[in-house]
Parts: sequence; structure tokens; C-alpha cells
Amino acid sequence: MAEVEETLKRIQTHKGVIGTIVVNAEGIPIRTTLDNSTTVQYTGLLHQLTMKARSTVRDIDPQNDLAFLRIRSKKHEIMVAPDKEYLLIVIQNPSE
Amino acid sequence: MEIVHVYTKKRNEFGRQCNFSDRPAELHVDILPDPSLASNFIERDPCDIPIQCTQEMSEHEVNTERFESDTRGINHVEGGWPKDVNPQEMEQTIRFRKKVEKDEHYFSTIMQLGSNMEHCIKQNNAINIYQEYFEEEEVVEESEEQPSAKTINVFRDPNEIKRTATCLSWHPDGSCKLAVAYSSLGFQNISPDMSYDSYIWDIENPNKPEMTLKPVSLLVCLEYNPKDSHILVGGSYNGQIAYWDTRKGSQPVEMSTIEHSHRDPVYKVIWLQSKTGTDTFSASTDGQVLWWDIRKMSEPTERLVLDPNKKGNLDNALGAISLEFETTMPTKFMVGTEQGLVVSCNRKAKTPAEKIVCTYSGHHGPIYALQRNPFFPKNFLTVADWTARIWSEDIKESSIMWTKYHMAYLSDGCWSPVRPSVFFTVKMDGTLDVWDFLFKQNDPTLSLKVCDEALYSLRVQDNGRFLACGSQLGTATLLEISPGLCTLQRNEKALATAMFERETKREKILEARHREMRLKERSRSEQSKDEDTKEGDGEESVEELATRTEAEFYEIVEAELKKRAKEQEKKWVFINLFINSAKKETSLFQDPVFQR
Repeated sequence: MAEVEETLKRIQTHKGVIGTIVVNAEGIPIRTTLDNSTTVQYTGLLHQLTMKARSTVRDIDPQNDLAFLRIRSKKHEIMVAPDKEYLLIVIQNPSE
Repeated sequence: MEIVHVYTKKRNEFGRQCNFSDRPAELHVDILPDPSLASNFIERDPCDIPIQCTQEMSEHEVNTERFESDTRGINHVEGGWPKDVNPQEMEQTIRFRKKVEKDEHYFSTIMQLGSNMEHCIKQNNAINIYQEYFEEEEVVEESEEQPSAKTINVFRDPNEIKRTATCLSWHPDGSCKLAVAYSSLGFQNISPDMSYDSYIWDIENPNKPEMTLKPVSLLVCLEYNPKDSHILVGGSYNGQIAYWDTRKGSQPVEMSTIEHSHRDPVYKVIWLQSKTGTDTFSASTDGQVLWWDIRKMSEPTERLVLDPNKKGNLDNALGAISLEFETTMPTKFMVGTEQGLVVSCNRKAKTPAEKIVCTYSGHHGPIYALQRNPFFPKNFLTVADWTARIWSEDIKESSIMWTKYHMAYLSDGCWSPVRPSVFFTVKMDGTLDVWDFLFKQNDPTLSLKVCDEALYSLRVQDNGRFLACGSQLGTATLLEISPGLCTLQRNEKALATAMFERETKREKILEARHREMRLKERSRSEQSKDEDTKEGDGEESVEELATRTEAEFYEIVEAELKKRAKEQEKKWVFINLFINSAKKETSLFQDPVFQR
């Protein structure tokens, strides 16, 4: 339990990380370091997007599966680590 | 003769298979030709037989089933919470979250995901994986393709008696429609069967005009209102101005009264920049420029007489053929006249005399087109007689750049709205010329024969890609020009600016020199007591002017003849001298006594 905390805290304190969110399979944010409205927005949208990405990968090759999803935008990078039941979302500002 | 054949078969033989056997041919009937029957017929010569040598084609119609679509909105609320948890209640959500966190599975998952994530985060921090390399290298984008233009559509005058397409106007938004004004500019060339209609064409459909405009008299010019794309104003052959609203039908909504309109065909009408968007002004060869508010067409709001002596005398006035108005300079406008002068005017001048600011002379014939360069408003293009000239506002004596004299009359021209150095002209032999003076100054960059008859009008669409030209037989041709001629090149503005400045400077220097020379002339002529007719005041009567010009003409001819005679003499003298010297030389040679 404490290790989970430690891991999440370590992730949060990395350089450039803006926020961390843990989402469950239903799209409910379990853990978040951002405010509620932003969290809800991110979870709702990224959950759907991850599902879509995963199904895309699986459609092309059924043996394949989504390992990681990275969305780089002008302002920051959104990284999603998917799992069967949970989703770990980190928003980072990559150093240029 | 009767032919009878009887076939019998036993009943118990029915249904049996057929047995075929050979037998020799039998002649059943022999009908011989009867020549007496030929008298019932008459020989026909010639016989008309229609034949057709075409591809066989069939017509099919297909219509797919209608697909109905509907637009709906969805309202998202925070969801996913299990039934027993109320998302609004903080306690319940916290309790739920804590429960999840205690899960084993959660623990292992997070550890694993966490390590993945850390790897990526560290990657991001280490190096920018999306860095663009070689960004500083300039990509050479110059296309080497030949400039070209191709015809996309041809819109023909649907009437039997063809009229000239004298003016074209593109629809202000989207440019999917083209309004064409048809009229006949020949003197008294209008036959009673000639239709007065002008059309608005949809550029996708060249078969049938989208809308017809029915004026009282042939329309010479037609313009869409840039602010309101349903309104068009047209100037007609009898001098009246009318405006149409395309929502209201083919008849003009209102026309100006005959007493207050022009007395000659209205050659150009332009919309002005105003708050109401209803102001226009028109020009005609009767020497007047009239301003109108289309809401009240009974009389013009303002009137200007183009008298170069600034006295408002209609008899002296110059006939106006073209107008120029730039929305960035709303108080100034320019008028091109039949006499070859461009008159620059200021609308906001206090007295009518001050309205005419200055004139530019240099053309020999009526100025059919006049337009400022959209990128360099101080320079404007005029198209008249056999040349096109580019002027700078500051130089009034002559143009700064001009084309050579062509074989055919130039009838219309305009700048490209996207490239400052490109302009288009059309000629009376049916060719369209595209000029790019940064590329080639002596010849057009592209010269294209659009049709066999004369082209009278030209209009470029706002994106610079399409242009429409109208011909004498009422055919409007829509052309698309190659992308090289309608995309802004690198440094083009800077180069064009440099060129304009250089030419302007050259003309200024020449003008200064001319002025100096003229001053010297004047002072000399004053000393010798020649009359000072440089001002050219209109007080001189026409006869005196005629005799004076006649005398001058003969003087010039005499002087030229004398010069030529002198030159001839000189030549003869030289030749004689040469022959003499040659003779001397030979005689010297022949003389055995002579010793060098």
C-alpha cells in the first residue's frame, strides 16, 4: 500500500509532470492530483480514446494489444498506460 | 395454286421418338416474275435514306435511396459510478475510492504501470524525441512548370442574336456565380429582335443561366454589391442605372429617372464603401460622374463634370469610360477618359473645381481599364489603345512602365489579386496575355488564344486562380491559371517594391530634366516674342486651333524634308568626293612619271 503511494508520488515529482490520474475500468477516477473538473474531463475523454486505440490495435492484429498511448500536443504530452482494469494517466510538459 | 399437305399418324404411334430420314429436295412452289406487275410501281429517284454513324448510347438514370440523418446532442454527466454510490456525495465517493485502493489487483497493476510510465517520463526528460532536424535548411519550392491556363467552362449567350459580353462580375462570397452584362457597343447596332437580358451564371452549369436580369435597355456594366451578395447594380445603354435584388426576381427593383441619368451609355458603375452599403457611382461618356444611393434612385446624390479646366462646362467635358475606386482610399477615385487622360479626383473637396486633382496623360486612345495595384495602391494600371501602362501617382507626365505596341487593340486588363507583379490583358484578336514583370518585361509570360472573336472584358476572381473573359459573340470563358501564376513567390513583394521605386525614380529624373529643358525653351521663346500657348486655355476657338496646328504640321514636314534633302546632299558630296579621290588615285597610278 505504501509502495503504491511512493510510486505515485515519485511519478508526480518527476521533472515536468503536471498531473497524475488513476482511472478504473468504469471510468471513475480513483486517484488524482488535479482538480475535479479537469480530472473528470480527462478521464471521460481519455478512457474512450484508450478503448478506441486498443480496439484498433486488436482489429489489425488480434494477437496484439495496446501497450502504451502517448499524445503529444503543442503544450504538453499526455501518456496513458492501459491495463485490463485500470488506467494510469500522466500529463507531462516535456523539456525542449 | 394451292399447296396442301396432309399428315396422318396412328394414335398408338404418338409419343414415339421421331425418326428422321433424308430425302431429296422437292420443289413445292415456283413463282415466276411477272413484268406486268411492274406497272403498279413508280421508280423514285432520289431516295432519301437516313443513316447515322455514331456510337450507340443508351441513357440510364440512377437514384440512390435517401439516407436520412439526424443531429442530436448528448449531455455528459459524470458517470460510471455504481448504482449505490451517489456521485454528488463526497463521503460515498471517498469511501468507494478507498475501497478500490485496498484491492490487491490495484496494487500490482499500479506498480507495473508505474514503472512503464516512469520509463516514458524519463525518456521525455532526456531527449526531445520529436525534434525536427535540418529545419534551417530552406526547402526549394520553386516549381519549374510552365505557366499555363486552361479553359474550364464556356458560357454562351443563349439568344439567337449574339451580343457582346461587356462586363463580368464575380459573386462576392465564394465566387460560384458570375454575372455577365450583355450589350452591343457598336453605334446604332441594336436590332429590334435583340434581347435585352443579362444573365447570372452558376459556374458549374454552362448550359443554362441561373438567373436572368431583364433591364429596360441593354446593360453595359454590372456589379455585385461586395457587402450584400444579393444586390447588383447595372448601368445601361440609355444612361440609366438600375439595381436588382436576386431574391426579388428578374425585374430591376428600382431604376433612376431618365431626366437625371446620364445622356450616354453608362460605361462603369462601382460600389462605394459606406456604412449603409448602398452607395454607388457611375461614369459615362457624356462627361459626368454621378453618385447614387440605391434607396433613392430618383436623382443622383452628387454630380461631377469632368471638365479639365475645372469650370464645370459640360461641352468641354471629357467622356469617361472607366472608373477606379479602392476601398482603402475612400476619398480618392480615378476616372479614365475617352480622350486618353486619367483624371484623379478627390471626392471630399470643398469646391467642384478642387474635385479634379490632377490628370495623367500618355495614352492615345480611350482608357478601357484602370485599376490600382492591390498591393501597391500608389501604382495603377491603365489599358488603352495598343499598350498597357503602369503609372505611379506622383509622376504625372508619363507612365513608369509600359508594354510595347501590340498588333491588336487592348480592350481590358486587371491586376492579379494575389501577386503584385502579375496582371492580365485581353486583346481584340481574342488573346489573353498574362504579364509578370518580375519575370519578363518585354513579352507576356503567357499568351493564350481564347477565341477567334475579339475579347471585350476580363475579370479575375478574388483567389487569383480563376478568370473569366467575355467576347464579342457573348461567350464568357472561364479559365484556370496554373498555380505558379497565382501563388505568391518568395520576395515578390520586396522585388516589386524595388522595381516600382526604381522606375518611379527614373521617371522623376526624366521629368525634372524635361522641366529644365522646357524652362530654357520658354525663356528663349519669351525673348524672341513667340506667343505663349503652352497653357492651352479653351478660349481659343476651334478654327484658330485648326489653322495653328495646320501651320505647325506643315512647318514640321518642311523641316523634316529640308533635313532629309541636306542629308542627301551631304551623301552626294561625300560620294563625289570619294569618286574624285578615287579617280585621282587611279590617275596618279597610271602616270609613270609620278613618283611617291
